[in-house]
Amino acid sequence: MADGLGRRLGGHADGLLLGLAFLAWPAVAAGFGLEWTLDLAARILIYALAASALNLVLGYAGLVSFGHAAFFGAGAYVVAILAYHDFLLGPIVLFGLEIPGTGNAWIAFPLAVLVAGLLALAIGALCLRTSGLYFIMITLAFAQMIYYLFISLPDYGGEDGLSLFARSELRPLDLGDDLAFYYLCLGLLALVLAGKAAVVRSRFGWALMGIRDNERRMTALGLPPYRYKLAAFALSGAVTGLAGALIANLTEFVSPAFLSWPLSGELLIIVILGGMGRLYGPLLGATAFLLLEFWLKEWTEHWQLALGPILVLIVLYARGGLGGLVDLLRRGREGSGHG
Amino acid sequence: MSFLLILEQTLNGLQFGVMLFLIAAGLTLVLGIMNLVNLAHGSLYMVGAFVCAWVSVETDSFLLGLAAALPATALVASVVELLVVRRLYSRDHLDQVLATFGLILFFNEATKMIWGARPLRLDPPDFLSGTVELLPGAPYPAFRLAVILVGLAVALGLFLLVTRTRLGMLIRAGASNREMVSALGVDIDRLYTVVFALGAALTALAGAMAGPIYSVEIGMGESVLIPVFVVIVIGGIGSIRGAFVAALLVGLTFVWGRAFLPGLFGLVLEPSTASTLGSAISAMAIYILMAAVLIWRPRGLFPPHG
Amino acid sequence: MKLRMTALAAATLAALPFAAGAPAQAADPVKIGMITTLSGGGSGLGIDIRDGFLLAVEEGGGQLGGVPVEVLVEDDARKPDVATEIANRMVERDEVDIMTGIVWSNLAIAVVPKVTREGVFYISPNAGPSLLAGRGCHENYFNVAWQNDNLHEAMGQYVQDQGFETAYILAPNYPAGQDALAGFKRYYKGEIVGEVYTQLGQTDYAAELAALRDADPDAVFFFLPGGMGISFIKQYDQAGLNGEIPLFGPAFSFDQGILGAVGDAALGVVNSSQWNKDIDNAANKNFVEGFRKAYGRLPSLYASQGYDAAKLIASALAKTGGVGDRDAFRAALEAADFESTRGAFRFNSNHHPIQTIYVREVVKEGEVLTNRIVGTAFEEHGDAYAEECSM
Repeated sequence: MADGLGRRLGGHADGLLLGLAFLAWPAVAAGFGLEWTLDLAARILIYALAASALNLVLGYAGLVSFGHAAFFGAGAYVVAILAYHDFLLGPIVLFGLEIPGTGNAWIAFPLAVLVAGLLALAIGALCLRTSGLYFIMITLAFAQMIYYLFISLPDYGGEDGLSLFARSELRPLDLGDDLAFYYLCLGLLALVLAGKAAVVRSRFGWALMGIRDNERRMTALGLPPYRYKLAAFALSGAVTGLAGALIANLTEFVSPAFLSWPLSGELLIIVILGGMGRLYGPLLGATAFLLLEFWLKEWTEHWQLALGPILVLIVLYARGGLGGLVDLLRRGREGSGHG
Repeated sequence: MSFLLILEQTLNGLQFGVMLFLIAAGLTLVLGIMNLVNLAHGSLYMVGAFVCAWVSVETDSFLLGLAAALPATALVASVVELLVVRRLYSRDHLDQVLATFGLILFFNEATKMIWGARPLRLDPPDFLSGTVELLPGAPYPAFRLAVILVGLAVALGLFLLVTRTRLGMLIRAGASNREMVSALGVDIDRLYTVVFALGAALTALAGAMAGPIYSVEIGMGESVLIPVFVVIVIGGIGSIRGAFVAALLVGLTFVWGRAFLPGLFGLVLEPSTASTLGSAISAMAIYILMAAVLIWRPRGLFPPHG
Repeated sequence: MKLRMTALAAATLAALPFAAGAPAQAADPVKIGMITTLSGGGSGLGIDIRDGFLLAVEEGGGQLGGVPVEVLVEDDARKPDVATEIANRMVERDEVDIMTGIVWSNLAIAVVPKVTREGVFYISPNAGPSLLAGRGCHENYFNVAWQNDNLHEAMGQYVQDQGFETAYILAPNYPAGQDALAGFKRYYKGEIVGEVYTQLGQTDYAAELAALRDADPDAVFFFLPGGMGISFIKQYDQAGLNGEIPLFGPAFSFDQGILGAVGDAALGVVNSSQWNKDIDNAANKNFVEGFRKAYGRLPSLYASQGYDAAKLIASALAKTGGVGDRDAFRAALEAADFESTRGAFRFNSNHHPIQTIYVREVVKEGEVLTNRIVGTAFEEHGDAYAEECSM
């Protein structure tokens, strides 16, 4: 018992260390003339945020969603469409109502979260009737429907995508400033991780993990699995929408690529790579995956030839992803014989 | 719209369905028996098509290309099975997804380095390059007829293999009870290597048959991967009969949607809008079909027993 | 010869700064950032653009217009967020003066507005979406290839000139496809008996071909880039439609990089292009010969565009000696004083080409499928969006 506690604390310590590194990075970068890395670092944080959201259903509820790009893209498109109407098109007319567009993040970001969350609620309500591989594929199906809708929708740029013209306004912060934007991403990620830690420790989180491990027993205990899973799925979708709102601001551009299945796959891979059901796993996974891609690409045009086998090796030799590897190293160093 | 055209489009749908089944067969086999989610299935399909195209051009014979593609792909698959896939059977689906995704990246880049980035040429054999008049006034490509025949033969062959042969019995037994089969003195590891290679050969057959109709290029595997998974899931994972029925359903949905939806929308909308909207909805049609089937039957149309 | 290396070595080198043979006494080289697609589907186009561009740099011994240049090449993997991140890095870390290379319209829309606003010159070697030619044009953005609609307009004009009374037209359901059919219809005045949008990435066209045969048009126009086009032409031929109803399309499906894969099914098909390897001028002869020597394959349309992009930059650098004076450099680019591989070339008010668009026919030279120019669709052709552009 004490051992388990120690390990859990140890896990948090690793996460904290990684977080501190991200906190200090801009100062380090400025010292070495590496300001250009802020963009990459912000992208890592955003992917980590989306992957953390996915990890809530994947790691703690055992639901493998292959359609999280739908929520990511939904968040991104909400921000972009509002900005587009603000800059160019004039108000959105919906059922006779005139809704003005806006570039204000105080409105756009919560709306992105809300829309993505509602979308996840609707999709989850239908998908959660299935499980296992069937669940993987039906979540993919819904994401693909949305993808094809946006690709052929000429009003919002279709496959060409939409340009944002400028980053959202979030007074008193100036998001046009790369440093401010970076810290916004980091702050939101920290907030989400803290929230997730609280959720996981709560009765809700305990019930989720119980359902993951033994659904029948939890039903016998009077906990309706469907409702718990649906709530987790909607929450996960909402947070993914927040990540989408951020990526739209980072690239100042959205396109159906943010809704496509390779993106859903990448999020899954980041979670698995970092270690499922581990609080800081997604941050570790996103850091490793994006940096690996970055370095290999700087090195050779044939970077995929190297990245592929590296992923295979990680699966074969590091059970529990990179997080598992960190644990293994720690145990080796401490030299204690437990486990 | 004439009755004849409706009939012709139905035939097109069935033919596309058989093609999908051909591509899906190898994956169903591996997924159903070894419980392995193999994303790199599409890569084996690509390898089959590339080898067939390369040998066909070198020897000027499609049949020689086909004859080379099957063993070559089976060999590649066996090596991959021995090095990587073998260690994945006991893992959960997520580990399998990550590892086989890694294999996709590797195969795509390796294929590009061997054959270059430009697409390859693959023509049907001369005796199948003409047309056959199946319906009056609607000549049908002979090669597509050949695809239908091969697809049906594969369906029948797989069915017989699994239900009627010793290998099939071992496969079925191994799927439900590994320990028991090894207690009988059967080398399970070898059995699985054989099944994986067999699945790969089937996939290569699909790639070689698809090559003359579609294009032989890098990334061709990923574009078929999703429809193929759709077929397998609608049919019920591991069911060959289910995959066959689902493939026909998906094929019909795909073709009918594109053939008739824009026309239907045209009755109420102006032509340009009707065409874009009809096309958008028909692109979604197979996913709508899958979602509907799974909401109605959460384990597909023909869930395997147990 | 440096360019004749194995694929692996070439790639490793391309990822590194390309400063072959730059004289040591020269001042800081002009930095050119190239973002293009080198991996995954569609990488053939990016590779050809890069190779064409680097050929021109190599010919100048590491210099363009007598000014040493350093070319940084990076792979965008066809993802918009990757492309924008590379662009930012090139602007901030490498402080590039000029950028080029993007193949796809959606990536261009993601990258170009941002970098041009920061004062970087962007020379497009391929993508020419209507947004960037019209409302979204910018003084630092130049397109050396085309506006996306150009080749479709040319085909519309040609089909019109040939007196075909009815046409059946199809393209994928996305903005470039919708623009393509709009471009065709802008110049074709006959009756459209079918206007079909197919699915992006679709490979099976049995349904469309059956409907097409049923509609019995005089001519068929299609725009299906990449593998979609390969599949379509093969299936058109297998369905016995070749020879029954003449097929027309833009150069993309009949380009050197793809013809080998389409095979004899493409023989005799008429298509539109602003370039062909048999255009008779010294620059083109030099390019075709040099490309074949350096890389051991025939150049494609995309390679010619990459090469021309480099030559355009060279002509401006020769006048200004550097990019320090932005206005002077911009004026030098606008003048377009270079020997284009396609002959006469000048810029429209929106920095898009005014050029001749040819009509070509697919022929066999020995065993190799290639194109031969059979006519001219337009002389001095600009684009439909120039008036929307206020610079």
